[in-house]
Amino acid sequence: MTRISITVDGVRYDDDVEARTLLVHHLRDRLGKVGTVVGCDTSNCGACTVLMAGDAVKSCNVLAVQADGTEIITIEGLAGGDGSLHPVQQAFHDRHALQCGFCTPGMILAAVDLLAENPDPSDAEIREGIEGNLCRCTGYQNIVRAVRDAASALRGAQVAEPASAVDGQMPGTPQAPPAVPSEPESVPVEAVPRPVP
Amino acid sequence: MIPAAFEYTKPSTVDEAVRALAEGGEDARVLAGGQSLIPMLRLRMAAPTLLVDLGGLGELRGVRDDGDALVIGAMTRYADLLRDPLVRDHAPLLAQATATVADRQVRHLGTIGGSLAEADPAGDLPSVAVALDVSFEVVGPGGWRTISAADFFVDFLTTALGDGEMLGALRVPKQDGWGTHYEKFSRVAQAWSIVGVAVAVRRENGTIAEARVGLTSMGNRPLRARAVEEALAGAPATAEAVSSAAARAAEGADPPTDVWASAEYRSHLATVLTRRAVVAAGGIHAS
Amino acid sequence: MTTVQERPAGEVGAARKRKEDARLITGRTMWTENITLPGMLHLAILRSPMAHARITRVDTSAALREPGVVTAFSGRDVADTQGSLPCAWPVTEDMVHPDHPPLAVDEVRHVGEAVAVVVARDRASAVDALAVIEVDYEPLPVVLDMEDALAEDARLVHADKGTNKAYTWVFDSGEAGTGQGVDAAFAGAEVVIKRRYIQQRLIPAFMEPRSVVVDPTGDQHTIWSATQIPHILRVMVALVTGTPEHKVRVVAPDVGGGFGGKLQVTAEELIAFMAAQRVGKPVKYTESRSDSLVSAHHGRDQIQDVELAARRDGTVLGLRVNLLANMGAYLGIVTPGVPLLGAFMYNAIYKFPAYRFVCTGVFTNTTTTDAYRGAGRPEATYAIERLMDELAVELDMDPVEVRRRNWIKHDEFPFDTVAGLTYDSGNYEAATDKALELFGYEALRAEQASRRESGDPVQLGIGVSTYTEMCGLAPSRVLGALRYAAGGWETASIRVLPTGKVEVVTGTSPHGQGHETAWSQIVADRLGVPFEDVEVLHGDTRTSHKGLDTYGSRSLAVGGIALVNACTKVIEKARPVAAHLLECDVSDLEFADGAFRVRGAPSDAAGKTIADCAFAVFAAHDMPDGVEPTIDADATYDPGNFSFPHGTHLCATEVDAETGRVTIRSYVAVDDVGRVINPSIVEGQVHGGVAQGIAQALFEEAVYDGEGNLLTGTFIDYTPPSAADLPDIVSDRTETPAPDHPLGAKGVGEAGTIASTPAVINAIVDALRPYGVSDIRMPATPERVWQALRGGARS
Repeated sequence: MTRISITVDGVRYDDDVEARTLLVHHLRDRLGKVGTVVGCDTSNCGACTVLMAGDAVKSCNVLAVQADGTEIITIEGLAGGDGSLHPVQQAFHDRHALQCGFCTPGMILAAVDLLAENPDPSDAEIREGIEGNLCRCTGYQNIVRAVRDAASALRGAQVAEPASAVDGQMPGTPQAPPAVPSEPESVPVEAVPRPVP
Repeated sequence: MIPAAFEYTKPSTVDEAVRALAEGGEDARVLAGGQSLIPMLRLRMAAPTLLVDLGGLGELRGVRDDGDALVIGAMTRYADLLRDPLVRDHAPLLAQATATVADRQVRHLGTIGGSLAEADPAGDLPSVAVALDVSFEVVGPGGWRTISAADFFVDFLTTALGDGEMLGALRVPKQDGWGTHYEKFSRVAQAWSIVGVAVAVRRENGTIAEARVGLTSMGNRPLRARAVEEALAGAPATAEAVSSAAARAAEGADPPTDVWASAEYRSHLATVLTRRAVVAAGGIHAS
Repeated sequence: MTTVQERPAGEVGAARKRKEDARLITGRTMWTENITLPGMLHLAILRSPMAHARITRVDTSAALREPGVVTAFSGRDVADTQGSLPCAWPVTEDMVHPDHPPLAVDEVRHVGEAVAVVVARDRASAVDALAVIEVDYEPLPVVLDMEDALAEDARLVHADKGTNKAYTWVFDSGEAGTGQGVDAAFAGAEVVIKRRYIQQRLIPAFMEPRSVVVDPTGDQHTIWSATQIPHILRVMVALVTGTPEHKVRVVAPDVGGGFGGKLQVTAEELIAFMAAQRVGKPVKYTESRSDSLVSAHHGRDQIQDVELAARRDGTVLGLRVNLLANMGAYLGIVTPGVPLLGAFMYNAIYKFPAYRFVCTGVFTNTTTTDAYRGAGRPEATYAIERLMDELAVELDMDPVEVRRRNWIKHDEFPFDTVAGLTYDSGNYEAATDKALELFGYEALRAEQASRRESGDPVQLGIGVSTYTEMCGLAPSRVLGALRYAAGGWETASIRVLPTGKVEVVTGTSPHGQGHETAWSQIVADRLGVPFEDVEVLHGDTRTSHKGLDTYGSRSLAVGGIALVNACTKVIEKARPVAAHLLECDVSDLEFADGAFRVRGAPSDAAGKTIADCAFAVFAAHDMPDGVEPTIDADATYDPGNFSFPHGTHLCATEVDAETGRVTIRSYVAVDDVGRVINPSIVEGQVHGGVAQGIAQALFEEAVYDGEGNLLTGTFIDYTPPSAADLPDIVSDRTETPAPDHPLGAKGVGEAGTIASTPAVINAIVDALRPYGVSDIRMPATPERVWQALRGGARS
């Protein structure tokens, strides 16, 4: 058993875990965070995606011990404290971007992660950005629309049309201010080994 | 599925890691990012008795400028590479190939060292490593030593790492003045490469002075397409010359036949993708 | 973009955002795997690594000594009591129907068959203990290929049956009197097109792995299962296990997709039931994805030998279909019937005068096949739409034109088809014209010509697919005639609560289709209550005791009518109550805009709403004599006919002749699903269906090696496409109401899947015609396209 401490959706948990315990099983079976689901055993489907230390990861492909000391956000912690939906959640609802909903938690968190890095993705970039998340119901069409809408909402722009899928028509391309990309983060130079004398 | 039980240790220095590996014996394994290892554990295709988690070794993470090369810690994650300005400026081939690995979630945890030490010939980074003659800095009970890319990859999932040794860093020659391109061909976006071609080309005047071509998934280990490189060296930078050189891409290769593709198709693809990669890397226009 | 006729304001027809979403987007969903009960134990299943073997010894005793293990047992231990998994569709009187024990007893017949189980305190311990179960297998010969299986000296999947042939089922329009004899049609033909098409084996690959929890501790044995068919499951568990039906409760909580793949009574459900009874405690089993891919039923897997007779003017004279359908090792709940659902669809939207269909079901040492989205109809549509293209090429005719010459015109409905169905309505001309316009057909043809001329290494192909399908399964008398064991009715109950809120109980069992939303829209309109005031209950036999569940695009087409009928009954039961409250005669009342008013009164006159009536019957202080104090109502509806949505899909592909890579450049789907309750949901169904059909055309195939090992046993190698692999889909509709449906609705669940596969393959073949290619095996992988190009070039 290894003692780990992780913060999940704002709550800190200290637990002894078996080294082999997958993060997703720790979340579900020990912490009761069953909003995060398991869809495969080869890390292909992405249904188990959570944010770990700010990055989307597949929680079925991380050992709980690897998550020690990190902060994790699951689908259950994405909405605001007042219950207000995150813009990506809202857009998935508005755009009918889910059917059975099994892939949805992971899909939403993958989209959140994508938009954190690329606030104004093209459709192709959205499609590539969620390539690690399989959906069997939607054909992804409305997911792409939802992510596009959410990007716009997150940039603080007004969507040209109401986002409801009233007649299945897409809204016009939102006129948003160009996003200023943040300077790429470089890893500290001093951390790099100088192995060979 | 759930992995079989194993012991776990998370050393905080390289020395501790080396000791732990030595003590763990032959059934000890290094856990880098775990993105390939954990599925193997879950499917119980691997059942190590001890995992030595290198996640605590900050000293093995990061990119450093070392004159004519970049030194990249083995525990540097794909996502770190993609964000790193040094990699972007001096190792664009590595950056481009890294961007094609799996998906963004996997790239957040997977590491360059993990990918190379796994030595899967269908992995994208091994062929880049051989194309660029990356040096592998490895550490073990006998201390540090350097292994060339040509010697590092021994066989399918097999490297020249000795007992108790682990990969510490990569020394990646800067490609300043080279044009590079990684051409990947897979069945679906997140699938392994059926074939991949990593190319670096240096042009002088109207000719190709030098070319390096690495092949993904064309044998039991990442390969150099030496015949293509020889044919390109000194050749005019024309589509015709590239095409005729690329036709030799599969010479000496021994591609597998599997559920993805036949050896015959892979050999064909290698020629087409090599041509396209060289054209893109060398900025060669159709004549 | 959707351009359909205006409709009156109301809930029906509005793109309501879904009620279901609230829990699904916040992680509050109740998946079966989320259920944890006091004292619950975990089940793990040891599966056969052999495709065919005699089990000579099983020893589970070591497992019993493992930490945390409560019990372990094998098929031998339960051989006398476990019963046989049901097949509800013996399609012929003499169908070979082998026993299908949930746990293999003496013999395993496909890789992945359950052999032994462990029940332990936690999941990891259960899985660990599987490793110490000892099983000795004596290998038996493996038969995988259907034609090999039918050879005279074939090795047998079920030795005691003496044959690998499950059945042969024949339909002949001459014999049935629905058309002419097919031999005469071929004798008089000017053109005969004969082809063999292969429907590769697919895996439904719903996203939520199957999961089952059984609690034997209550008065009723409760089964929670990730199933499409809780009601059928209840009946079957009672019949198979001998447990009295009233002592079984089945719950399908939130279910994460099915696509036919969860239309099954599974070995895992019955194993969990047995295990729970053995230990007297709740037991949970959730499969891994790799277990799922090898053990949940597969779909398609047919060899289609098809032959079309026509005149040189393009008129089709007759069609012969000779089908081999792979059953796999056993018969699932509707395995034998799946190809029969296609039998009625080979004539598609066309006026063929003669038709003969012969299907032989074949056993092989592979995972059992059964329903997968479309079930028989995609296969049929594929074959006929490929043939129509081949006919067009043979006659040097535009593929749209050859279809026009043969299809049923909109003024010819209702139309009795050569397969014996009566198509109620349709307008193939309108859907096709709209699709061609959206697609830019002429411009793409022009571009194709110029690319062909210039020898562009990337060729453009255009594929058309027209389709109809029989959905809304199904008229019970037809099912009876086809020897299906159950009926095809559906049921609904409306309960109006004292405060005027409404509970709707439906016998359908959604797993992504949005019934909670769409049913609320229907009821809101009919009863004049707010959408928000309707709660739809489903999938629990304790609340929804009766139903036939969700598959075959039936929920709205059949269950929707039950719902409307129940609403009508509520209104009729409320009428005397309202008359009493308004102190008028029943015959003076009319119900409109949610209220009963005296006929002729202004619409703002005080009336009595359904809520008023509900409260009145709740108090019941003052009921008129003879009036039962309730306005709740049930309705069960048995459809008189199927429903026949149709449409035209067009696909443009770019094919890289060097690598064989196919890229879909544009895709247009125009579907006519009748009147639409919620256009947003309909569009979503089309998108998802099209994606699955494209996946069959380009990406997916379950592949076995020569020993019967599934090579595509994980999502690494069975490759459902991601967003990056699929195109933007333009979807639109035409609207030809279903005349016999009070809502005018048809079905939409399967349409996209049925239409898209041939559209894509026709487009690829169209791109490759200049290279001498006239067919391509599915999935059309880059290598297959490249090989076809080489073969075409050689010939």
